[in-house]
Amino acid sequence: MKPGPLLRLKGMIRKEWLQVIRDPSSIAIAFLLPLLLLFIFGYGVSLDAKNIRVGLVIEQPDSASLSFVGGFEQSPYFAPVILPSIQEAENELRASTISGIVWLRHNFATDYLRNESPPIGVLINGVDANTARLIEGYVQGIWFGWLEQQAERAGKPLRSPVQLEQRIWFNPQVRSTDFLVPGILAMIMTLIGSLLTALVIAREWERGTMESLLVTRISVNEILVGKLIPYFLLGMGGLLLSLVMAHTLFQVPMRGSLWLLLVISALFLWVALGMGFFISTIFKSQFVAAMVALVTAFLPAFILSGFIFDIRSMPIIIQGVTHLIAARYYVAILHTLFLVGDVWSVILPNAAALVAMGLFFHGLVYRKTRKRLE
Amino acid sequence: MIVGHRLLALIVKEFLALFRDKKSRIAVIAPPILQLLIFSYAATFDLEHAALAVYNEDSGSFSRDLISRFERSPAFEVVAHLRSEAEIKPLVDRKDALLVLHVGRQCSANVAQGDGCPVQVVIDGRNSNTAMLALNYVRSIMTDFNEEYIEQTTGIRLPARLAIQAWFNPNLESGWFIIPGIVALLAMVVTLVVTALSVAREREAGTFDQLLVTPLRPWEIVIGKAMPGLIIGVGEASCIMAVAVFWFRVPLAGSLVTLYPALIIYVLATIGVGLMISSFSHTLQQALLGSFLFIVPAVTLSGFSTPIANMPDCMQALTYLNPMRYFLIIVRRVFLEGAGVEYFWHELWPMSLIAVATLALATWLFRYRMY
Repeated sequence: MKPGPLLRLKGMIRKEWLQVIRDPSSIAIAFLLPLLLLFIFGYGVSLDAKNIRVGLVIEQPDSASLSFVGGFEQSPYFAPVILPSIQEAENELRASTISGIVWLRHNFATDYLRNESPPIGVLINGVDANTARLIEGYVQGIWFGWLEQQAERAGKPLRSPVQLEQRIWFNPQVRSTDFLVPGILAMIMTLIGSLLTALVIAREWERGTMESLLVTRISVNEILVGKLIPYFLLGMGGLLLSLVMAHTLFQVPMRGSLWLLLVISALFLWVALGMGFFISTIFKSQFVAAMVALVTAFLPAFILSGFIFDIRSMPIIIQGVTHLIAARYYVAILHTLFLVGDVWSVILPNAAALVAMGLFFHGLVYRKTRKRLE
Repeated sequence: MIVGHRLLALIVKEFLALFRDKKSRIAVIAPPILQLLIFSYAATFDLEHAALAVYNEDSGSFSRDLISRFERSPAFEVVAHLRSEAEIKPLVDRKDALLVLHVGRQCSANVAQGDGCPVQVVIDGRNSNTAMLALNYVRSIMTDFNEEYIEQTTGIRLPARLAIQAWFNPNLESGWFIIPGIVALLAMVVTLVVTALSVAREREAGTFDQLLVTPLRPWEIVIGKAMPGLIIGVGEASCIMAVAVFWFRVPLAGSLVTLYPALIIYVLATIGVGLMISSFSHTLQQALLGSFLFIVPAVTLSGFSTPIANMPDCMQALTYLNPMRYFLIIVRRVFLEGAGVEYFWHELWPMSLIAVATLALATWLFRYRMY
């Protein structure tokens, strides 16, 4: 009696599964890395600057300059320190113990009373351009608030003609966690799908056990499916763990449907697995496959997917390149599903792109592996 | 003399192991260059041509003036003029517009009467950082507009004005911040991967046992294994610095004489970590996982893309163990501020301490864990 295809497939899956659970590092990649990534990105990454140390130099204190300084003391963004002279402040700025200086010269008070519009010197350390720009904005806000207050006190209120009413949709508190945590799912799935798979299959090629598999009665299809399933399960396990953490630990809202998220994630995992397979089939050496998977799958998923850096801010050519990155489509869907809801006009085109990429990689793998056999 | 010869032979062998195979040669050299190019262009927090939709119910000149300010700003690009409030939601949901400027019907008339005109700005908050940036730009355009309007209509000069100046990076280009950071990032990734995988590969192939039965002492093996990482790490960092200066035109204000010793210490600290990882791992997969478990937190908690000052206190405390934290500060300060050693001494000594500690620990682990 010849064993049926189903039995062969079962045997294949069993072998792969044993291989996965025997090396604790595979389990670690699936479960430890997600935890680590979520913790670090959830807690450690924030672009919301608070308590920025600025040096205040007031050469001749009077009521106007003191009320100006009061604005800094009340602001949640600044932790001001009073410094005696501009030389000292510049030294501190150079030593990076403060991020900026606000300087009221000795003639500020008299010029201010004479209505000569004296300058308020603001020096910012521009090395970190993003933070510097935030500081600029905050200082402007304090300055304008102070002007309005002064004018009110003088009995001729400043009427600012335009009053800004801001509405930040989907994330009114602008919490960077709500934005980063969904994106981490894409990192985790890429790690498991592409990096781990590329390594494992390259190892089979390296040791020659892939060839031994190919000469058995198992068909190429069965080998591919048999190898896919254990890593697929591992990936989905990592996903579920991350979802639970996103919900309980970080309170990220889930405005779309959970089922849709699972389906899309399975789709992306399938693409990532295809990519991992493809890399290992081409390179057949663990070291090289690992480096290639890092450069073509993980780093792009990190930088070019919209996970941290907004694709819309990139140069056009780079924006074009991002279309080759599967994670880009997944991250777009993730952000929308978590923060907005089931917006089909975002989900459908991105999902279609994922399907196309998956078919491409799996098709290539199938052809490459079959050719070997002949 | 004999020790020197033995060591030299080992170092030559390590280089051959890494560079003999064409594919692994490419795998060591090509990725950093690709990463540098992609990173430098893609990793930006600047906002340019953000898609802005305008819903202006007012027909007066005041609102037209205000909107033309947005049209002229390089940060925004007007992509649509809306006719009804119902158009806002689908446009933002689909990501066709990052923000919508909504001016009410009575705006110009209200302003003419001396009242205020509320202008609503709806921003897509899916990317919280982009939303913050966009909001900041909107605020600053509106503040400027208000200021000028008050001065023009009332004839009163504002009683005080701001004179803002940014040191070291006058145009606030985020590339000047990111690209020197990439020197630190890639030097770490390349060095760590090369070092961590070199021992694991030998262990998996079984040749490491052969190395252990040679007359080579553990510290000699450590040096032999460290050399390729050191040379490749320092070499690639140098290439990246050259590209940063000559291609991306990042100013190098300081001197290389102060930067190189710091770079070498940094690479040594990384090698120590890499060797520690490889002494714990039995397979390539484990070594790679170990490298990952180190690289991801080290990069995230280094200040590379987000400032350390924004992190919670416990995370900030953790960053003191991270060699990348120190080198990032040094490389940025040497590049942009032209700082000399006296300005980064407080970074240099902890980093040196980490290097000594990791290398010593790695040598110890080689002795006691290599069976």
